[in-house]
Amino acid sequence: MNNEPKIHPWQKLLDNTWLLLVLGVLIPVLSYSVWGWIELLFTKPALLP
Amino acid sequence: MSLRPLTAPWFHAPAGHEKIWLGCAILWCFVMSLMMPYWHFRGKQNSTGEAYKVAPADFHVRVEKFVESNRVGTFKNANMANPLAQDLPLVEPPAGGDAYLLGRMWQWYPALRLRLGETYRVHLSALDLQHGFSLQPLNMNFQVVPGYDHVLTLTPTSKGEFTIVCNEFCGIGHSNMTGKIIVE
Amino acid sequence: MSNPVSHNLAAPGVPGRVCGTTGLGVCLDAQRFIKLNAVAGIVFLLLGGIGALLLALTRWQTVHLLPVDWFYRILTFHGINMLILWILFFEVAILYFACTTPLNARLFSRKVAWTSFVMMLTGAVMVDYIILAGQADVMMTSYLPLLAHPLFYLGIILVAVGTLTGVFNYFATLYVARRDKSYTGSVPIVTFGATAAAIIAVVTLLHGAVVMIPTFTYSMGWTAEPDPVWYRLIWWGLGHQSQQVNVCAMVTVWYLLSNIVVGARPINETVCRSAFVLYILFINLASAHHLLVDPGVGATWKIWNTSYAMYLAVLASMVHGFTVPAGVEVAMREKGYTGGIFGWVIALPWRNPAFSATALSVVIFGFLGGITGVTLGTQQINIIAHNTLRIPGHFHVTVVGGTTLAFMGLAYYVIPLIFQRDFIFRGFARLQPWLFGIGITMLAFGMSFAGSMGVSRRSWDIDAQGVYGPAAHLWLGVLGMGGILAFTGLLVFVLLCVGTLFFGAKIKDRAMFDWGMPPALAGSRPGSLANDHYATKGTMVLTLVFLACFVVYYFANWKALADVWPVR
Repeated sequence: MNNEPKIHPWQKLLDNTWLLLVLGVLIPVLSYSVWGWIELLFTKPALLP
Repeated sequence: MSLRPLTAPWFHAPAGHEKIWLGCAILWCFVMSLMMPYWHFRGKQNSTGEAYKVAPADFHVRVEKFVESNRVGTFKNANMANPLAQDLPLVEPPAGGDAYLLGRMWQWYPALRLRLGETYRVHLSALDLQHGFSLQPLNMNFQVVPGYDHVLTLTPTSKGEFTIVCNEFCGIGHSNMTGKIIVE
Repeated sequence: MSNPVSHNLAAPGVPGRVCGTTGLGVCLDAQRFIKLNAVAGIVFLLLGGIGALLLALTRWQTVHLLPVDWFYRILTFHGINMLILWILFFEVAILYFACTTPLNARLFSRKVAWTSFVMMLTGAVMVDYIILAGQADVMMTSYLPLLAHPLFYLGIILVAVGTLTGVFNYFATLYVARRDKSYTGSVPIVTFGATAAAIIAVVTLLHGAVVMIPTFTYSMGWTAEPDPVWYRLIWWGLGHQSQQVNVCAMVTVWYLLSNIVVGARPINETVCRSAFVLYILFINLASAHHLLVDPGVGATWKIWNTSYAMYLAVLASMVHGFTVPAGVEVAMREKGYTGGIFGWVIALPWRNPAFSATALSVVIFGFLGGITGVTLGTQQINIIAHNTLRIPGHFHVTVVGGTTLAFMGLAYYVIPLIFQRDFIFRGFARLQPWLFGIGITMLAFGMSFAGSMGVSRRSWDIDAQGVYGPAAHLWLGVLGMGGILAFTGLLVFVLLCVGTLFFGAKIKDRAMFDWGMPPALAGSRPGSLANDHYATKGTMVLTLVFLACFVVYYFANWKALADVWPVR
């Protein structure tokens, strides 16, 4: 076990498919879909004087 | 190799040409990132999406009220391809005031007369389907959606007769759907 | 370690074979489903292509082939068959390859693969039927309040869920491959790119479910109408993000083919993989570029999302735009092609259709697609572009000149290696990528210039609007002629593939026909440039030229924007 070469932390991140899957879903869903949805929900009614 | 697993650690910081290119690309991305906010504050053409929720029937009533109080004549549409927009009321909003324009299958109603250099709040909505407000030959394009009063704060800076083309598919008469804005 | 349900291809009793050309292992289950999905994809490519020809000959006003109702019908048909059916089926085939052969692994489940395929095919037939029956003249985007027959939405839901099932099979295979120690270390770049595509596909298909289910229930009269801008927001989460799956798949194919044909390898695994990670994290944000001139979503949301998070995902594309040619250049220089800055370019196997398709795909996607896409996707510049023909001008160079052309190039190896048949009429095959690539480029130029003059997309007749002159008509003529040429290239491709499957020489216990690979010269020293980070002078020049074009086009558009009326 101790003979294994050291793996750079950045490589460990890139090798972690499941973390990438979670982040890849979470970030766009929050930034694009949820934020956009909230903007629409907060649209005020027209005044039409 | 591209098709076989990598059994040895492969992390390597960028170096040489790839590092130079990375630097150039990052710099360009940074420049582009600044352009939109810069134009938002200092540029004159922006799409801020200012909008309010409105029932199509209510918007229709408001448009007719606008036409009644500001009508200055009739625009005769010489484009015979669109029988639904042969005669449109020609309406002039007060300088610096609000104009109301609706899109419906298949016309933009009413025709507007605007003054050069004045700023208007143009309220756009649709009565039935989504439509595309496409002002030609300027080529300014905005989405018009039923249920939303899309407000454009617009300043005509050129005179002439401008045609509103619809550029969002809205049924069989879609390519015949036009409207008019005249600037004097 | 070897047990009856092992997913290691090397374990006894696991159905697999060794490829006679590459020496790599092939999982027979994956092979069957690669075949099924690739064939299905090519069938829908042909259907969509026939639609394309009819449309091009209608927008070319002089010809104006289709009547008004069929124009909008075929436009809907063309969009669905190309952007959804052709491309998703072919991508599922690519996924099945990427999780098995490079990892020496067996596909996770045959049953899941069948379920996926049957669902996708059923949904596809449903959608195509209902469109041609005239019950869904709503464009691929089917924007509410436009309403189609419920079968339209149900069909799309089935295709989406079927694809998601295939994607599940992909991730499950990655999991069991690791568990059963089919491989050790990190997955190769081709699998990594496919994983990026699969992750984005998950986001895409989730949005598809969220938007299509309430729309389906509304079309059945069971629920209230979803808000039209909400519909646009979530629909483009399906519609654009599916195109980002295409980008990842295309780049993966670039790495794959440049490796197979020229022996290229990633010049820096960290850089290439990090670029795919930027795609995974940020590329989906830019679905916002479809809502840049919409009411209801504000400037900050528009600017942040359309910028792909400060252009980090654009950076990723620019990285691949360097690393793919750079890998080729290094491989060529190591083979001994060291003459001048571009000696290696001339010596490339241009007669190899997989190579020419890849090279054309890189150039067309990069120079034309990427530059126009980022520019048109700028919040303010979108004002002079939204819903004009500039938009189809852009996406025909990305998804057709880029992704589809790369996939065509891949077929020139998939059919011999997986279907085990050598191509018939190889002379035509060598020409085909050029026919298609040049045709699509012409088509896109026609669209883009007509669009700059204000000509709308999705419009049957511009003469009815009375505002377009001879120049616009000229460019629509270019569109028409480009369409004819591109269709010819597409038809040649389909006929070659189908003909080869029926009549191509069977490949048994021998290597496939060699399309042409640059031979190693006398001075060849493989691997010698592995630590030389200054070897890619030619690529450096090409990418700097690209950047110059980008800068000019980008600022020219800001100037054009500044000429229109002030608006806020």
